[in-house]
Amino acid sequence: MAEPLLRVEKLVRRFGGILATDNVSLDVAAGELHAIIGPNGAGKTTLISQLTGHLEPHSGSVSLAGRDITYLPAYRRCALGLARSFQITSLLLDFTAADNVALAAQAHAGTSFRFFANARKEKGLRDTAHAALDRVGLGHRADVVVNRLSHGERRELELAVALASKPKLLLLDEPMAGLGVTESQRMVKLLQELRKEVSIVLVEHDMPAVFALADRISVLVYGRVIASGDPAAIRANEEVKRAYLGDQHVVTHHG
Amino acid sequence: MKGLSVSKAVTALMLAGLVLLPLYSSLSGNIFILTLFTRIVILALAAASLNLIMGFGGMMSFGHAAYLGIGGYAVGMLAQEGVGSGFVQFPVALAASAIYALVIGALSLRTRGVYFIMITLAFAQMAYYVASGLARYGGDDGLTVYKRSDFSGLINLGNRTQFYYLCLACLFGVIFLIWRIVNSRFGLVVQGLRSNEQRMQAIGFPAKRYQLVCFVISGTMCGLAGALLANNTDFVSPAVMYWTRSGDLMVMVILGGMGTLFGPIMGAVVFLLLEEFLSQITEYWALIMGPLLLLIVLFGRGGIMGMLGRAGRG
Repeated sequence: MAEPLLRVEKLVRRFGGILATDNVSLDVAAGELHAIIGPNGAGKTTLISQLTGHLEPHSGSVSLAGRDITYLPAYRRCALGLARSFQITSLLLDFTAADNVALAAQAHAGTSFRFFANARKEKGLRDTAHAALDRVGLGHRADVVVNRLSHGERRELELAVALASKPKLLLLDEPMAGLGVTESQRMVKLLQELRKEVSIVLVEHDMPAVFALADRISVLVYGRVIASGDPAAIRANEEVKRAYLGDQHVVTHHG
Repeated sequence: MKGLSVSKAVTALMLAGLVLLPLYSSLSGNIFILTLFTRIVILALAAASLNLIMGFGGMMSFGHAAYLGIGGYAVGMLAQEGVGSGFVQFPVALAASAIYALVIGALSLRTRGVYFIMITLAFAQMAYYVASGLARYGGDDGLTVYKRSDFSGLINLGNRTQFYYLCLACLFGVIFLIWRIVNSRFGLVVQGLRSNEQRMQAIGFPAKRYQLVCFVISGTMCGLAGALLANNTDFVSPAVMYWTRSGDLMVMVILGGMGTLFGPIMGAVVFLLLEEFLSQITEYWALIMGPLLLLIVLFGRGGIMGMLGRAGRG
C-alpha cells in the first residue's frame, strides 16, 4: 500500500496523571475523509492540537507525506500543506473576509517581507481569495468586515481560509459547531464537494453528518482509539455501542 | 463617508498649517512659535514611529523614548569627538537605534501583554542610567552640542526656517513610509498578528520575525527624531530617555488615535500646545492637563481621529 498522507504512530500525551492521548495510531490515505468521533472529554481536541503543532506529544510521531512533523511549529506544518479550521472560530475580526483569505494565500505565495507595494492590489492574491470565497458561497460577502458576518458565515470563512493555502490535508475541528439545521446541511454539502479535491480529517459531534461523509471513522474513548473502520463497521461494532453510545439510537436511527 | 471627510478636512488643515507656519512666524515676527513647532514636529515624528508598533502592530512599547536618547547621544558624542558632519552623525544615529531595537526587541518579544510593557520600560530605564553614568559625556548633567550637524552647505541647520522644514520633511517622509508599509504584504501580516496571532500562525506566518522587523523599523525612525531633537535643543541629556517621556509619546499616540496615519501628529500638536499654554497660566498645569486627557481618552474612543469620524457621522 502507498505511503499514507498522514500517519500517526503511538502518540502519547499526558496532563498530570491523565492520559489524554493513549497510544493513538491512525493513518489517513490520500483522498480519504477520515472522521474522528468520541464522547466529550475523549481527547479529540488534544489529538488535533498535536496534529496542528499547538501541543507537543510526550512520545510517538506524526508524519505528513512521509516527513516527520512531530515537533515542527504550526507555521511550518502549514507550509508543508496542513491547514486547519478552529473549533471556536478564530479569524481576524477587524479585517474583511477577502483580507482574511488573501493573507492565507499570501503565506504560500513568496516572501511577505515586502514593504512598499500595496498588497491589496496584488491580483494573484485577490483572485485566489475570491475563488476560495466563491467556493464556500461567500463571494458576495468578500468586502464585509468579519465582525459583521453571521456565525454560519464565519464557519464558512474558516473553510475558505483553510482552502486558500491549497492544502494537502484539511483538519476540520467541529465545523458544524453552533450551526442551525439549514446551515449544517449547507456545510455537509460543501464538505461533500471539497472532499473530491482534498483529504480531510474531520472531528465532529454531528453523527448524521459524520456517517454521511466519512470514508473511515476512528472512535476515540478516554484517549484510546477503540475502533477504526468504515461507517458500516463502526455502526455494527459492539464495543463502540457500549463505550460511546447513549447516542446509540442516533447511529442506528440514521442507518 | 461624510465622517471620513470631516477628519480628512481637519487633517488637511493641520498639515497646511504646519507647512505655512514659518511664513506666519516671519510675518508676525513671532520667533517663539517656530521654535515651539519645531519641537512639536520632531516629537510628532517620534509618536508616529511609536504608532507603527503600538497602533498597527499591537506592541505596547513603554520604552520608546530610549531611541530619542540614542539618536541624540549619537549626534552629541560624535560632535564632542570632533565629527561634525551630519552625513556621519545621522547614519550613526539611525544604525545605533536599529541595533538597540534589534537586541531589545529580540528579548522583549518573547513576552506578551503587561510583561512586554514592563520589559521595554525596564530596558529604557537601563539606557537612562547608562547615559547618566557617561562621565565623559556630561553624565547626569547632559551634553551640550556646540555645533549643529553640518551638511556641507546643502542645508543649514543653524537657520531656524531651514531646520524646521528639514524636520517637517522628515515627518512627512516617515508618514509616507508608514502609509506604504501598513498597506504592504509586510504591514498586513503585522496587523494580522495584532488581530489574532494564533490564526496567523495557523495560516503559516511565524509571528516573531515579522514583529521584530517592525520593532526595528519603528526604533530606527524614532532614532531620527532623536538626532533632530539634539540639534533642536543643542543639548542632549539622560532626561530625554526617562520613562515619563515614553509615557508622553504613548499619550500623544492614544490622544490622536492609535492605528491612524495622522493621529500621532494630531496628538503631538494638541498635547504639546496644551502643555505649553497651560503651563503659562499656572504652574499646576498638570492638574488641568491630567483630567483633560482622561476625559478625552474615556469618552473619545479612537482618540481625536475617532471623535472627528463620529462627529462627521452625526
